[in-house]
Amino acid sequence: MATQQTQLLARSLLAPAVVLLFIWMIVPLAMTVYFSTLHYNLLDPGTESFVGFENFRYFLTDPAFLASLRNTLVLVGSVLGITILLGVPVALLLDQPVVGLNIVRLMVIAPFFVMPTVSALIWKNLLMHPVSGLFAWLFRLVGLEPIDWFNDAPLFAIILIVSWQWLPFATLILLTALQSLDEEQKEAAEMDGARAWSTFIYITLPHLARPITVVILIETIFLLTVFAEIFVTTGGGPGLQTTNIAFLIYSQALVQYDIGNASAGGLVAVVIANIVAFFLVRIVGRNLEA
Amino acid sequence: MARMVTIRRVVVSTAAAWLFGFLIFFPILWMILTSFKTELDAFATPPSFLFFHWTTENYATVQERSDYIHHAINSILIAGLSTLIAMLIAVPAAWSMAFAPTKRTKDILLWMLSTKMMPPVGVLVPIYLIYRDFGLLDSRAGLIFILCLGNLPIVVWMLFTYFKEIPKDILEAARMDGATIGRELIYVLTPMAIPGLASTMLLNFILAWNEAFWTLNLSTLEAAPLTVFIASYSSPEGLFWAKLSAASTLAIAPVLVLGWFSQRQLVRGLTFGAVK
Repeated sequence: MATQQTQLLARSLLAPAVVLLFIWMIVPLAMTVYFSTLHYNLLDPGTESFVGFENFRYFLTDPAFLASLRNTLVLVGSVLGITILLGVPVALLLDQPVVGLNIVRLMVIAPFFVMPTVSALIWKNLLMHPVSGLFAWLFRLVGLEPIDWFNDAPLFAIILIVSWQWLPFATLILLTALQSLDEEQKEAAEMDGARAWSTFIYITLPHLARPITVVILIETIFLLTVFAEIFVTTGGGPGLQTTNIAFLIYSQALVQYDIGNASAGGLVAVVIANIVAFFLVRIVGRNLEA
Repeated sequence: MARMVTIRRVVVSTAAAWLFGFLIFFPILWMILTSFKTELDAFATPPSFLFFHWTTENYATVQERSDYIHHAINSILIAGLSTLIAMLIAVPAAWSMAFAPTKRTKDILLWMLSTKMMPPVGVLVPIYLIYRDFGLLDSRAGLIFILCLGNLPIVVWMLFTYFKEIPKDILEAARMDGATIGRELIYVLTPMAIPGLASTMLLNFILAWNEAFWTLNLSTLEAAPLTVFIASYSSPEGLFWAKLSAASTLAIAPVLVLGWFSQRQLVRGLTFGAVK
Protein backbone atom coordinates (compact mmCIF):
# COMPACT_ATOMS: atom_id res chain seq x y z
CA MET A 1 0.00 0.00 0.00
CA ALA A 2 2.62 2.42 1.13
CA THR A 3 4.75 1.80 -1.90
CA GLN A 4 1.84 2.36 -4.25
CA GLN A 5 1.19 5.64 -2.53
CA THR A 6 4.85 6.57 -2.86
CA GLN A 7 4.81 5.67 -6.53
CA LEU A 8 1.83 7.91 -7.10
CA LEU A 9 3.47 10.74 -5.22
CA ALA A 10 6.71 10.22 -7.12
CA ARG A 11 4.91 10.32 -10.42
CA SER A 12 3.04 13.50 -9.64
CA LEU A 13 6.26 15.15 -8.51
CA LEU A 14 7.94 14.19 -11.74
CA ALA A 15 5.07 15.24 -13.97
CA PRO A 16 5.58 19.04 -14.17
CA ALA A 17 9.19 18.74 -15.32
CA VAL A 18 8.38 16.05 -17.87
CA VAL A 19 5.32 17.83 -19.26
CA LEU A 20 7.12 21.17 -19.57
CA LEU A 21 10.17 19.69 -21.26
CA PHE A 22 7.94 17.66 -23.54
CA ILE A 23 6.05 20.76 -24.68
CA TRP A 24 9.34 22.66 -25.00
CA MET A 25 10.70 19.93 -27.21
CA ILE A 26 7.68 19.10 -29.33
CA VAL A 27 5.80 22.33 -29.99
CA PRO A 28 8.58 24.52 -31.44
CA LEU A 29 10.05 21.59 -33.33
CA ALA A 30 6.69 20.71 -34.88
CA MET A 31 6.28 24.34 -35.86
CA THR A 32 9.74 24.36 -37.41
CA VAL A 33 8.84 21.28 -39.43
CA TYR A 34 5.59 22.91 -40.54
CA PHE A 35 7.22 26.23 -41.50
CA SER A 36 9.96 24.42 -43.38
CA THR A 37 7.39 23.22 -45.93
CA LEU A 38 5.99 26.70 -46.55
CA HIS A 39 6.93 29.61 -48.68
CA TYR A 40 6.71 32.14 -45.87
CA ASN A 41 8.40 35.52 -45.71
CA LEU A 42 7.54 38.07 -43.04
CA LEU A 43 8.24 40.90 -45.46
CA ASP A 44 5.79 39.43 -47.91
CA PRO A 45 2.75 38.58 -45.77
CA GLY A 46 -0.26 36.79 -47.19
CA THR A 47 1.72 34.78 -49.73
CA GLU A 48 2.23 31.69 -47.57
CA SER A 49 1.90 28.53 -49.62
CA PHE A 50 2.87 24.90 -49.34
CA VAL A 51 6.07 24.14 -51.26
CA GLY A 52 7.02 20.68 -50.01
CA PHE A 53 10.76 20.15 -49.85
CA GLU A 54 11.54 23.25 -51.89
CA ASN A 55 13.07 25.07 -48.90
CA PHE A 56 15.39 22.16 -48.15
CA ARG A 57 16.46 21.97 -51.77
CA TYR A 58 17.11 25.69 -51.73
CA PHE A 59 18.90 25.69 -48.38
CA LEU A 60 21.11 22.69 -49.08
CA THR A 61 22.15 23.86 -52.56
CA ASP A 62 22.71 27.45 -51.49
CA PRO A 63 26.46 28.20 -51.76
CA ALA A 64 26.10 29.96 -48.40
CA PHE A 65 25.16 26.64 -46.81
CA LEU A 66 28.28 24.89 -48.05
CA ALA A 67 30.43 27.81 -46.94
CA SER A 68 28.82 27.91 -43.51
CA LEU A 69 28.99 24.14 -43.12
CA ARG A 70 32.69 24.32 -43.90
CA ASN A 71 33.15 27.20 -41.43
CA THR A 72 31.22 25.31 -38.76
CA LEU A 73 33.37 22.21 -39.20
CA VAL A 74 36.61 24.21 -39.21
CA LEU A 75 35.51 26.15 -36.13
CA VAL A 76 34.40 23.09 -34.15
CA GLY A 77 37.39 20.99 -35.23
CA SER A 78 39.98 23.66 -34.52
CA VAL A 79 38.59 24.64 -31.14
CA LEU A 80 38.40 20.98 -30.13
CA GLY A 81 41.98 20.43 -31.26
CA ILE A 82 43.32 23.51 -29.49
CA THR A 83 41.46 23.02 -26.23
CA ILE A 84 42.44 19.36 -25.94
CA LEU A 85 46.04 19.71 -27.10
CA LEU A 86 46.52 22.56 -24.62
CA GLY A 87 44.15 21.21 -22.01
CA VAL A 88 46.06 17.95 -21.48
CA PRO A 89 49.41 19.61 -20.65
CA VAL A 90 47.79 22.31 -18.52
CA ALA A 91 45.82 19.69 -16.59
CA LEU A 92 48.97 17.59 -16.15
CA LEU A 93 50.76 20.67 -14.89
CA LEU A 94 48.05 21.49 -12.37
CA ASP A 95 48.20 17.88 -11.17
CA GLN A 96 51.84 18.44 -10.14
CA PRO A 97 52.90 19.77 -6.76
CA VAL A 98 52.50 23.49 -7.37
CA VAL A 99 52.87 26.26 -4.80
CA GLY A 100 49.72 28.40 -4.80
CA LEU A 101 47.77 25.87 -6.81
CA ASN A 102 44.42 27.31 -5.78
CA ILE A 103 45.23 30.71 -7.21
CA VAL A 104 46.59 29.23 -10.44
CA ARG A 105 43.45 27.15 -10.82
CA LEU A 106 41.27 30.22 -10.35
CA MET A 107 43.20 32.04 -13.07
CA VAL A 108 42.90 29.09 -15.46
CA ILE A 109 39.18 28.68 -14.92
CA ALA A 110 38.28 32.37 -15.10
CA PRO A 111 37.68 32.68 -18.88
CA PHE A 112 34.83 30.20 -18.67
CA PHE A 113 32.82 32.61 -16.55
CA VAL A 114 33.21 35.58 -18.87
CA MET A 115 30.07 36.20 -20.89
CA PRO A 116 30.58 35.58 -24.63
CA THR A 117 29.87 39.15 -25.68
CA VAL A 118 32.54 40.44 -23.28
CA SER A 119 35.23 37.97 -24.33
CA ALA A 120 34.59 38.63 -27.99
CA LEU A 121 34.74 42.42 -27.72
CA ILE A 122 37.73 42.49 -25.38
CA TRP A 123 39.71 40.20 -27.69
CA LYS A 124 38.63 41.99 -30.82
CA ASN A 125 39.50 45.47 -29.57
CA LEU A 126 42.02 45.39 -26.75
CA LEU A 127 44.09 42.49 -28.05
CA MET A 128 43.51 42.04 -31.79
CA HIS A 129 43.11 45.59 -33.01
CA PRO A 130 45.51 45.93 -35.97
CA VAL A 131 46.97 49.26 -34.80
CA SER A 132 46.48 49.76 -31.08
CA GLY A 133 45.91 46.19 -29.97
CA LEU A 134 48.33 44.46 -27.63
CA PHE A 135 49.12 41.75 -30.20
CA ALA A 136 50.03 44.37 -32.79
CA TRP A 137 52.46 45.90 -30.30
CA LEU A 138 53.95 42.46 -29.49
CA PHE A 139 54.36 41.69 -33.20
CA ARG A 140 56.16 44.97 -33.83
CA LEU A 141 58.30 44.36 -30.75
CA VAL A 142 59.80 41.25 -32.36
CA GLY A 143 59.98 42.93 -35.76
CA LEU A 144 56.92 41.36 -37.40
CA GLU A 145 54.17 43.03 -39.35
CA PRO A 146 51.01 43.15 -37.19
CA ILE A 147 48.15 40.98 -38.41
CA ASP A 148 44.83 42.58 -39.24
CA TRP A 149 43.07 39.65 -37.59
CA PHE A 150 39.48 40.33 -38.56
CA ASN A 151 40.30 41.12 -42.18
CA ASP A 152 43.09 38.70 -42.99
CA ALA A 153 42.15 35.73 -40.82
CA PRO A 154 38.66 36.37 -39.45
CA LEU A 155 37.71 32.74 -38.85
CA PHE A 156 41.02 32.08 -37.12
CA ALA A 157 40.42 35.09 -34.88
CA ILE A 158 37.03 33.67 -33.86
CA ILE A 159 38.65 30.27 -33.30
CA LEU A 160 41.20 31.84 -30.93
CA ILE A 161 38.51 33.63 -28.93
CA VAL A 162 36.29 30.57 -28.63
CA SER A 163 39.27 28.35 -27.76
CA TRP A 164 40.18 30.72 -24.95
CA GLN A 165 36.65 30.42 -23.60
CA TRP A 166 36.60 26.63 -23.71
CA LEU A 167 40.17 25.80 -22.64
CA PRO A 168 39.19 26.07 -18.95
CA PHE A 169 36.37 23.58 -19.42
CA ALA A 170 38.63 20.99 -21.06
CA THR A 171 41.36 21.57 -18.49
CA LEU A 172 39.03 21.30 -15.53
CA ILE A 173 37.46 18.04 -16.70
CA LEU A 174 40.82 16.48 -17.55
CA LEU A 175 42.21 17.63 -14.19
CA THR A 176 39.27 16.09 -12.35
CA ALA A 177 39.89 12.84 -14.20
CA LEU A 178 43.64 12.95 -13.47
CA GLN A 179 43.01 13.41 -9.80
CA SER A 180 40.95 10.24 -9.73
CA LEU A 181 43.81 8.30 -11.27
CA ASP A 182 45.16 5.88 -8.76
CA GLU A 183 48.35 7.35 -7.33
CA GLU A 184 49.56 3.86 -6.43
CA GLN A 185 49.35 2.77 -10.01
CA LYS A 186 51.60 5.59 -11.09
CA GLU A 187 54.02 4.97 -8.23
CA ALA A 188 54.18 1.29 -9.05
CA ALA A 189 55.03 2.13 -12.63
CA GLU A 190 57.75 4.50 -11.48
CA MET A 191 59.16 1.86 -9.15
CA ASP A 192 59.29 -0.54 -12.06
CA GLY A 193 61.57 1.97 -13.68
CA ALA A 194 59.06 3.41 -16.10
CA ARG A 195 60.10 6.80 -17.39
CA ALA A 196 57.74 9.73 -17.04
CA TRP A 197 57.05 9.57 -20.77
CA SER A 198 56.03 5.92 -20.81
CA THR A 199 53.96 6.36 -17.65
CA PHE A 200 52.13 9.08 -19.55
CA ILE A 201 51.64 7.00 -22.69
CA TYR A 202 50.67 3.72 -21.08
CA ILE A 203 48.87 4.78 -17.91
CA THR A 204 47.78 8.42 -17.94
CA LEU A 205 46.66 8.74 -21.54
CA PRO A 206 44.46 5.62 -21.58
CA HIS A 207 42.91 6.85 -18.35
CA LEU A 208 42.15 10.17 -20.06
CA ALA A 209 40.50 8.58 -23.08
CA ARG A 210 37.03 8.71 -21.61
CA PRO A 211 37.14 12.25 -20.22
CA ILE A 212 38.57 13.41 -23.55
CA THR A 213 35.62 11.81 -25.31
CA VAL A 214 33.27 13.59 -22.94
CA VAL A 215 35.02 16.91 -23.57
CA ILE A 216 34.79 16.39 -27.33
CA LEU A 217 31.11 15.57 -27.28
CA ILE A 218 29.98 18.29 -24.88
CA GLU A 219 32.11 20.97 -26.48
CA THR A 220 30.82 19.94 -29.90
CA ILE A 221 27.24 20.45 -28.81
CA PHE A 222 27.99 23.97 -27.65
CA LEU A 223 30.44 24.80 -30.45
CA LEU A 224 27.97 23.82 -33.18
CA THR A 225 25.87 26.79 -32.10
CA VAL A 226 28.50 29.47 -31.48
CA PHE A 227 26.62 32.69 -32.10
CA ALA A 228 27.30 35.68 -29.85
CA GLU A 229 31.03 35.78 -30.62
CA ILE A 230 30.29 36.07 -34.34
CA PHE A 231 27.36 38.42 -33.82
CA VAL A 232 29.40 41.08 -32.01
CA THR A 233 32.68 40.82 -33.91
CA THR A 234 32.20 40.11 -37.61
CA GLY A 235 28.49 39.76 -38.24
CA GLY A 236 29.39 36.70 -40.31
CA GLY A 237 31.73 38.57 -42.64
CA PRO A 238 33.74 39.60 -44.45
CA GLY A 239 31.57 37.98 -47.10
CA LEU A 240 30.64 34.63 -45.64
CA GLN A 241 34.04 33.97 -44.10
CA THR A 242 32.83 33.68 -40.51
CA THR A 243 29.24 32.61 -41.10
CA ASN A 244 28.54 29.31 -39.40
CA ILE A 245 25.29 27.39 -39.68
CA ALA A 246 23.80 28.98 -36.57
CA PHE A 247 24.58 32.45 -37.84
CA LEU A 248 23.31 31.66 -41.35
CA ILE A 249 19.96 30.52 -39.99
CA TYR A 250 19.77 33.57 -37.74
CA SER A 251 20.37 35.91 -40.65
CA GLN A 252 17.82 34.15 -42.83
CA ALA A 253 15.24 34.31 -40.06
CA LEU A 254 15.75 37.70 -38.44
CA VAL A 255 17.55 39.68 -41.13
CA GLN A 256 15.91 38.43 -44.33
CA TYR A 257 12.75 37.27 -42.54
CA ASP A 258 12.65 34.16 -44.73
CA ILE A 259 10.81 31.94 -42.26
CA GLY A 260 10.44 28.92 -44.54
CA ASN A 261 14.07 28.75 -45.51
CA ALA A 262 15.36 29.42 -42.00
CA SER A 263 13.15 26.65 -40.65
CA ALA A 264 14.57 24.20 -43.16
CA GLY A 265 18.05 25.29 -42.05
CA GLY A 266 17.04 24.91 -38.41
CA LEU A 267 16.06 21.30 -39.04
CA VAL A 268 19.38 20.63 -40.74
CA ALA A 269 21.10 22.00 -37.61
CA VAL A 270 18.94 19.77 -35.40
CA VAL A 271 19.90 16.71 -37.43
CA ILE A 272 23.62 17.54 -37.17
CA ALA A 273 23.36 18.10 -33.40
CA ASN A 274 21.42 14.87 -32.97
CA ILE A 275 24.16 12.84 -34.55
CA VAL A 276 26.54 14.12 -31.86
CA ALA A 277 23.94 13.85 -29.11
CA PHE A 278 23.34 10.20 -29.98
CA PHE A 279 26.89 9.31 -29.00
CA LEU A 280 26.92 11.51 -25.90
CA VAL A 281 23.70 10.05 -24.54
CA ARG A 282 25.09 6.56 -25.01
CA ILE A 283 28.25 7.37 -23.06
CA VAL A 284 26.37 9.07 -20.25
CA GLY A 285 23.83 6.25 -20.17
CA ARG A 286 26.55 3.64 -19.83
CA ASN A 287 28.00 5.63 -16.96
CA LEU A 288 24.63 5.78 -15.24
CA GLU A 289 24.64 2.03 -14.86
CA ALA A 290 28.05 1.83 -13.29
CA MET B 1 69.15 13.11 -3.46
CA ALA B 2 65.51 12.26 -3.78
CA ARG B 3 64.60 15.36 -1.80
CA MET B 4 66.68 17.56 -4.09
CA VAL B 5 64.88 16.24 -7.12
CA THR B 6 61.53 16.84 -5.49
CA ILE B 7 62.32 20.44 -4.67
CA ARG B 8 63.53 21.06 -8.18
CA ARG B 9 60.40 19.50 -9.54
CA VAL B 10 58.22 21.70 -7.34
CA VAL B 11 60.06 24.83 -8.44
CA VAL B 12 59.82 23.96 -12.13
CA SER B 13 56.17 22.95 -12.07
CA THR B 14 55.27 25.95 -9.94
CA ALA B 15 56.95 28.33 -12.34
CA ALA B 16 55.36 26.68 -15.38
CA ALA B 17 51.89 26.54 -13.80
CA TRP B 18 51.99 30.20 -12.79
CA LEU B 19 53.17 31.18 -16.26
CA PHE B 20 50.34 29.29 -17.95
CA GLY B 21 47.80 30.54 -15.45
CA PHE B 22 48.92 34.10 -15.96
CA LEU B 23 48.77 33.81 -19.77
CA ILE B 24 45.27 32.36 -19.68
CA PHE B 25 44.09 34.98 -17.21
CA PHE B 26 45.86 37.85 -18.97
CA PRO B 27 43.00 39.06 -21.23
CA ILE B 28 40.82 39.54 -18.14
CA LEU B 29 43.62 41.28 -16.26
CA TRP B 30 44.26 43.51 -19.26
CA MET B 31 40.58 44.40 -19.42
CA ILE B 32 40.55 45.33 -15.74
CA LEU B 33 43.69 47.47 -16.14
CA THR B 34 42.28 49.18 -19.22
CA SER B 35 39.12 50.03 -17.32
CA PHE B 36 41.21 52.30 -15.08
CA LYS B 37 42.89 54.14 -17.94
CA THR B 38 41.88 57.29 -19.74
CA GLU B 39 40.63 56.68 -23.28
CA LEU B 40 43.89 58.16 -24.53
CA ASP B 41 46.01 55.77 -22.48
CA ALA B 42 43.84 52.86 -23.54
CA PHE B 43 44.80 53.44 -27.19
CA ALA B 44 48.44 54.32 -26.52
CA THR B 45 51.29 52.45 -28.20
CA PRO B 46 53.44 51.21 -26.61
CA PRO B 47 50.84 50.20 -24.07
CA SER B 48 51.48 51.09 -20.46
CA PHE B 49 51.00 48.23 -18.04
CA LEU B 50 50.96 49.87 -14.64
CA PHE B 51 52.42 53.35 -14.93
CA PHE B 52 49.53 55.24 -16.39
CA HIS B 53 47.21 57.81 -14.94
CA TRP B 54 44.83 55.67 -12.87
CA THR B 55 41.28 56.90 -12.98
CA THR B 56 37.85 55.61 -12.02
CA GLU B 57 36.01 58.03 -14.26
CA ASN B 58 35.06 55.26 -16.70
CA TYR B 59 33.09 53.55 -14.00
CA ALA B 60 31.39 56.81 -13.16
CA THR B 61 30.56 57.34 -16.83
CA VAL B 62 29.19 53.83 -17.25
CA GLN B 63 27.19 54.32 -14.09
CA GLU B 64 25.90 57.68 -15.25
CA ARG B 65 24.48 56.19 -18.36
CA SER B 66 21.79 54.98 -16.02
CA ASP B 67 21.00 52.20 -18.43
CA TYR B 68 23.87 50.19 -16.94
CA ILE B 69 21.97 49.72 -13.68
CA HIS B 70 18.83 49.00 -15.65
CA HIS B 71 20.55 46.17 -17.53
CA ALA B 72 22.26 44.86 -14.42
CA ILE B 73 18.89 44.63 -12.69
CA ASN B 74 17.54 42.80 -15.74
CA SER B 75 20.42 40.35 -15.55
CA ILE B 76 19.84 39.71 -11.86
CA LEU B 77 16.09 39.28 -12.31
CA ILE B 78 16.34 37.09 -15.39
CA ALA B 79 19.13 34.84 -14.12
CA GLY B 80 17.76 34.73 -10.58
CA LEU B 81 14.12 34.06 -11.34
CA SER B 82 14.80 31.59 -14.13
CA THR B 83 17.02 29.65 -11.72
CA LEU B 84 14.46 29.77 -8.91
CA ILE B 85 11.60 28.60 -11.09
CA ALA B 86 13.75 25.84 -12.57
CA MET B 87 14.55 24.71 -9.03
CA LEU B 88 10.88 24.65 -8.04
CA ILE B 89 10.13 22.35 -10.95
CA ALA B 90 13.31 20.30 -10.76
CA VAL B 91 13.60 19.53 -7.04
CA PRO B 92 10.43 17.41 -6.89
CA ALA B 93 11.33 15.69 -10.16
CA ALA B 94 14.89 14.88 -9.09
CA TRP B 95 13.73 13.81 -5.65
CA SER B 96 11.23 11.44 -7.18
CA MET B 97 13.72 9.90 -9.58
CA ALA B 98 16.45 9.54 -6.97
CA PHE B 99 14.36 8.08 -4.16
CA ALA B 100 11.51 6.33 -5.95
CA PRO B 101 13.12 5.15 -9.17
CA THR B 102 11.14 3.07 -11.60
CA LYS B 103 12.17 1.06 -14.62
CA ARG B 104 11.76 4.13 -16.78
CA THR B 105 13.78 6.54 -14.64
CA LYS B 106 16.94 6.11 -16.64
CA ASP B 107 15.14 6.66 -19.93
CA ILE B 108 13.45 9.78 -18.59
CA LEU B 109 16.79 11.19 -17.42
CA LEU B 110 18.45 10.55 -20.75
CA TRP B 111 15.49 11.98 -22.61
CA MET B 112 15.71 15.16 -20.52
CA LEU B 113 19.39 15.35 -21.32
CA SER B 114 18.65 15.00 -25.02
CA THR B 115 16.33 18.04 -24.96
CA LYS B 116 19.35 20.09 -23.90
CA MET B 117 21.10 19.02 -27.07
CA MET B 118 18.63 20.57 -29.42
CA PRO B 119 20.43 23.55 -30.96
CA PRO B 120 18.55 26.71 -29.97
CA VAL B 121 18.85 27.96 -33.54
CA GLY B 122 16.67 25.02 -34.64
CA VAL B 123 13.70 26.52 -32.84
CA LEU B 124 14.59 30.19 -33.19
CA VAL B 125 11.92 30.80 -35.83
CA PRO B 126 8.89 29.40 -33.98
CA ILE B 127 9.97 30.89 -30.64
CA TYR B 128 10.46 34.28 -32.26
CA LEU B 129 7.03 34.14 -33.92
CA ILE B 130 5.27 32.90 -30.78
CA TYR B 131 6.93 35.66 -28.76
CA ARG B 132 5.98 38.24 -31.36
CA ASP B 133 2.35 37.16 -31.36
CA PHE B 134 2.10 37.05 -27.57
CA GLY B 135 3.94 40.33 -27.09
CA LEU B 136 6.80 38.61 -25.28
CA LEU B 137 9.61 40.06 -27.41
CA ASP B 138 11.87 42.22 -25.26
CA SER B 139 10.09 41.18 -22.08
CA ARG B 140 11.74 39.88 -18.93
CA ALA B 141 9.04 37.25 -18.49
CA GLY B 142 9.78 35.85 -21.92
CA LEU B 143 13.49 35.57 -21.25
CA ILE B 144 12.95 34.10 -17.78
CA PHE B 145 10.67 31.48 -19.28
CA ILE B 146 13.01 30.41 -22.05
CA LEU B 147 16.17 30.38 -19.92
CA CYS B 148 14.32 28.39 -17.27
CA LEU B 149 13.32 25.73 -19.81
CA GLY B 150 16.74 25.75 -21.40
CA ASN B 151 18.48 25.06 -18.10
CA LEU B 152 15.87 22.73 -16.62
CA PRO B 153 17.55 19.53 -17.87
CA ILE B 154 20.87 20.54 -16.30
CA VAL B 155 19.18 21.44 -13.02
CA VAL B 156 17.34 18.11 -12.85
CA TRP B 157 20.51 16.22 -13.66
CA MET B 158 22.67 17.99 -11.12
CA LEU B 159 20.09 17.60 -8.38
CA PHE B 160 19.62 13.96 -9.30
CA THR B 161 23.34 13.23 -8.96
CA TYR B 162 23.40 15.00 -5.58
CA PHE B 163 20.28 13.29 -4.24
CA LYS B 164 21.62 9.97 -5.42
CA GLU B 165 24.55 10.36 -3.05
CA ILE B 166 22.37 10.69 0.03
CA PRO B 167 22.50 7.25 1.67
CA LYS B 168 19.16 5.47 1.52
CA ASP B 169 19.75 3.81 4.89
CA ILE B 170 19.26 7.09 6.67
CA LEU B 171 15.87 7.53 5.08
CA GLU B 172 14.88 4.02 5.99
CA ALA B 173 16.00 4.57 9.57
CA ALA B 174 13.88 7.71 9.73
CA ARG B 175 10.92 5.83 8.31
CA MET B 176 11.35 3.06 10.84
CA ASP B 177 11.24 5.66 13.57
CA GLY B 178 7.84 6.59 12.22
CA ALA B 179 8.73 9.75 10.32
CA THR B 180 6.15 10.78 7.73
CA ILE B 181 7.23 11.79 4.24
CA GLY B 182 6.81 15.44 5.15
CA ARG B 183 8.97 15.12 8.24
CA GLU B 184 11.48 13.02 6.36
CA LEU B 185 11.76 15.77 3.78
CA ILE B 186 12.19 18.61 6.24
CA TYR B 187 14.34 17.06 8.95
CA VAL B 188 16.39 14.44 7.17
CA LEU B 189 16.68 15.22 3.49
CA THR B 190 16.82 19.00 3.41
CA PRO B 191 19.86 19.43 5.65
CA MET B 192 21.77 16.85 3.65
CA ALA B 193 20.67 18.27 0.34
CA ILE B 194 21.45 21.93 1.00
CA PRO B 195 25.03 21.90 -0.36
CA GLY B 196 23.82 20.24 -3.56
CA LEU B 197 20.89 22.63 -3.90
CA ALA B 198 23.16 25.61 -3.36
CA SER B 199 25.75 24.62 -5.92
CA THR B 200 23.09 23.71 -8.47
CA MET B 201 21.54 27.14 -8.09
CA LEU B 202 24.93 28.79 -8.29
CA LEU B 203 25.98 27.11 -11.52
CA ASN B 204 22.65 27.71 -13.18
CA PHE B 205 22.61 31.33 -12.15
CA ILE B 206 25.98 31.68 -13.86
CA LEU B 207 24.83 29.89 -17.01
CA ALA B 208 21.72 32.07 -17.20
CA TRP B 209 23.73 35.23 -16.53
CA ASN B 210 26.04 34.48 -19.45
CA GLU B 211 23.43 33.14 -21.87
CA ALA B 212 23.83 35.07 -25.09
CA PHE B 213 21.74 33.41 -27.80
CA TRP B 214 18.19 33.98 -26.63
CA THR B 215 18.99 37.23 -24.89
CA LEU B 216 20.55 38.70 -28.05
CA ASN B 217 17.72 37.50 -30.28
CA LEU B 218 14.71 38.13 -28.08
CA SER B 219 15.53 41.38 -26.31
CA THR B 220 16.66 44.79 -27.47
CA LEU B 221 16.26 47.43 -24.79
CA GLU B 222 13.62 47.16 -22.09
CA ALA B 223 14.40 43.61 -21.00
CA ALA B 224 17.97 43.49 -22.25
CA PRO B 225 20.41 41.96 -19.73
CA LEU B 226 24.14 42.75 -19.58
CA THR B 227 25.04 40.40 -22.43
CA VAL B 228 23.00 42.59 -24.78
CA PHE B 229 24.15 45.83 -23.14
CA ILE B 230 27.79 44.89 -23.78
CA ALA B 231 26.97 43.90 -27.36
CA SER B 232 25.81 47.48 -27.94
CA TYR B 233 29.47 48.50 -27.58
CA SER B 234 30.29 46.61 -30.77
CA SER B 235 29.21 49.41 -33.09
CA PRO B 236 32.34 51.15 -34.37
CA GLU B 237 31.09 54.68 -33.75
CA GLY B 238 30.42 54.05 -30.07
CA LEU B 239 33.71 52.37 -29.34
CA PHE B 240 35.54 53.55 -26.28
CA TRP B 241 37.96 50.96 -24.99
CA ALA B 242 38.26 52.18 -21.44
CA LYS B 243 34.50 52.44 -21.07
CA LEU B 244 33.98 49.10 -22.78
CA SER B 245 36.45 47.63 -20.29
CA ALA B 246 34.77 49.23 -17.30
CA ALA B 247 31.33 48.06 -18.38
CA SER B 248 32.69 44.58 -19.10
CA THR B 249 34.44 44.37 -15.75
CA LEU B 250 31.23 45.30 -13.98
CA ALA B 251 29.31 42.77 -16.07
CA ILE B 252 31.55 39.79 -15.32
CA ALA B 253 32.73 40.57 -11.78
CA PRO B 254 29.74 39.06 -9.92
CA VAL B 255 29.75 35.75 -11.78
CA LEU B 256 33.53 35.53 -11.77
CA VAL B 257 33.41 35.53 -7.98
CA LEU B 258 30.45 33.14 -7.87
CA GLY B 259 32.08 30.97 -10.50
CA TRP B 260 35.25 30.56 -8.50
CA PHE B 261 33.15 29.17 -5.67
CA SER B 262 31.37 26.73 -7.95
CA GLN B 263 34.32 25.34 -9.89
CA ARG B 264 33.94 21.84 -8.46
CA GLN B 265 30.27 21.70 -9.36
CA LEU B 266 31.03 22.93 -12.83
CA VAL B 267 32.41 19.56 -13.86
CA ARG B 268 29.49 17.65 -12.45
CA GLY B 269 26.92 20.03 -13.88
CA LEU B 270 28.27 20.21 -17.38
CA THR B 271 29.22 16.59 -17.89
CA PHE B 272 25.93 15.26 -16.49
CA GLY B 273 27.85 13.10 -14.06
CA ALA B 274 29.91 11.49 -16.81
CA VAL B 275 33.08 12.77 -15.10
CA LYS B 276 33.25 13.06 -11.36
